[in-house]
Amino acid sequence: MSVALVFFESLDARLSSAQQELLTLAATLGEVHVVTGTPGDRAVDAVAVEGVQTVYTGDAEILTPDPALVDLLETAVQETAASAILAPDTPDSTDALARLAVRLDTGIITDAVGIDSERRVTKSVLAGSYTTTAEVAEDRALVATVKPNSVEAAVVAGQAPEVVALPVGPSLAEGAAASGGVEVLQRTPLEVSERPALTEARVVVAGGRGVDGNFGPLEELADELGAAIGASRAATDAGWIDHAAQVGQTGVTVSPQLYISAGISGAIQQRAGMQTAQTIVAINKDEDAPVFEIADFGVVGDLFEVVPQMVEELRRRKG
Amino acid sequence: MPESAAGTPLHIITLVKWVPDAQLERRFTAERRIDRSEGILGELDEYPLEAALQIKEAASRDVRVSALTIGPAGAATAAKKALQIGADDAFHLSDDALTGADVVATSAALAAAIEHVLADGDAEGEHLVITGMASEDGESGAVPPQLAERLGLNLVTQATAVALEEDRLVVTRASATEQQRLAAALPAVVSVTDQANEPRYPNFKAIMAAKKKPMTSWSLADVGLDASAVASKATVLTAEARPPRTAGEIITDEGDAGVKIVEFLAKERVL
Ligand SMILES: Cc1cc2nc3c(=O)[nH]c(=O)nc-3n(C[C@H](O)[C@H](O)[C@H](O)COP(=O)(O)OP(=O)(O)OC[C@H]3O[C@@H](n4cnc5c(N)ncnc54)[C@H](O)[C@@H]3O)c2cc1C
Repeated sequence: MSVALVFFESLDARLSSAQQELLTLAATLGEVHVVTGTPGDRAVDAVAVEGVQTVYTGDAEILTPDPALVDLLETAVQETAASAILAPDTPDSTDALARLAVRLDTGIITDAVGIDSERRVTKSVLAGSYTTTAEVAEDRALVATVKPNSVEAAVVAGQAPEVVALPVGPSLAEGAAASGGVEVLQRTPLEVSERPALTEARVVVAGGRGVDGNFGPLEELADELGAAIGASRAATDAGWIDHAAQVGQTGVTVSPQLYISAGISGAIQQRAGMQTAQTIVAINKDEDAPVFEIADFGVVGDLFEVVPQMVEELRRRKG
Repeated sequence: MPESAAGTPLHIITLVKWVPDAQLERRFTAERRIDRSEGILGELDEYPLEAALQIKEAASRDVRVSALTIGPAGAATAAKKALQIGADDAFHLSDDALTGADVVATSAALAAAIEHVLADGDAEGEHLVITGMASEDGESGAVPPQLAERLGLNLVTQATAVALEEDRLVVTRASATEQQRLAAALPAVVSVTDQANEPRYPNFKAIMAAKKKPMTSWSLADVGLDASAVASKATVLTAEARPPRTAGEIITDEGDAGVKIVEFLAKERVL
């Protein structure tokens, strides 16, 4: 039976929905093994999931962006003879898998939204204007990163997998930059919002330059809808909201059921991140704003009047 | 590496790509390749150029900035634009065998080209490769890590700030869960995002000066490779245009648009 090896940079007590989706996808490709930088005693409970056979770790914790993660991956590939190596689409996983592909002399396909049982990979390219399928030769391993929200997660709690610690340890030592290497000077955790994660949310409320420094009305709307908050680059560049909220070519890609765009003109780079949303609602003062070309429902109007009225109406309906 | 790098010359190679203009309609050809008959210097490649020029301007040692591109004949215009923006010289690798190159093929060709650019310069000096966060058309971001792997160089990706401090680079970046500040010894490969700086525009003087700057054209054989060394490993089987989204109902607010949106959402069952 073929083997699918899933790489998670790190594991918390519970799997994220992107991690659950990836395990679900991997199970359609073969026997599933996990490899992670997190030590076994902390990793094992999270991946106690039906179908996961083994969790491979290093002999100590390995944190991104340590290239020892590539050694760990390579060793796990040798152990499992995996024919598919998958990871969530994050910068550090892309780096690790890209380097692994060089070592395995095979191809890498990033940003997959689907992989069929023949290992044919589907992805969305050119800012969402094309869908492609691609493959690597049958005798080579497939190395791919997968976008969140690509498959329906269906994991069932199961027995704890076997933990195998491989003889690979962290390599980013303090002072390494003085002797030819790389070192981490400081790590600051990113703020975790109380709201649903942007890439996983069913509803996204996004604001642009038009919010003029005041995300307050959009926050209230997001509260009513249980939505995540997104933004255009103009809004993140202005410092009104964290860069993590940026939707678009150089931010995150979202495909929620509902995307509400307020005070955003709809530049191609913004569209690249949201035009696969199921329903798009746009509010903009300018009737010629390009966002109206892709909106299912558009309002030419002032967001500071329209959005508070939406909030009021939603509250009225709730009773 | 010498005890102190302060007097050592530094050679920065920035990678630039000629890509179809994202503001225009981009398409695939019948051979399932991105149509590259027209193009511009990718906007994401202006940030690494700017980063290189800022390092050069802040440094108290000799810094040379080279621009390197791979692409068909038209790609020379991207290299020329890089010269206008401020690179000192440019290199253009062009070969029919590179048509439709995937990530691994591209990184193999770039690695060989980088070694040849370095051989062209001061062997005693230090080296730094700066790239954009991803190409504007391929968008994988996987080429910089593959270059570091192939060339055995230190790697720092997705930098939002880069500074050269004496003999090491200090870089800020974001991982999936944290903000990181890293220090890396040279030689290194660094990719920078669009948050790293504000790219400059070339002025008339710079455009005139660029005409005198050297540009070297290479074929694969010139950098010591044959076609088999740049064979793609991923094959595109299908490329389908997505039906474009069409505009729905657009209304002008007459004091009740907030209520109307909620009615629309209720009707669409997305509440
Ligand atoms: C390399 C590169 C990468 C980029 N990546 C991204 C990216 O990932 N994401 C992204 O979003 N952008 C990105 N951009 C920037 C993009 O090109 C646009 O500049 C940006 O999206 C504009 O943001 P905006 O729509 O908020 O601002 P603007 O284009 O200034 O639009 C503001 C809109 O708000 C409207 N408005 C103003 N006041 C009100 C009001 N009171 N009520 C209602 N409407 C109002 C205006 O009519 C206008 O349409 C990128 C650009 C480059 C060059």
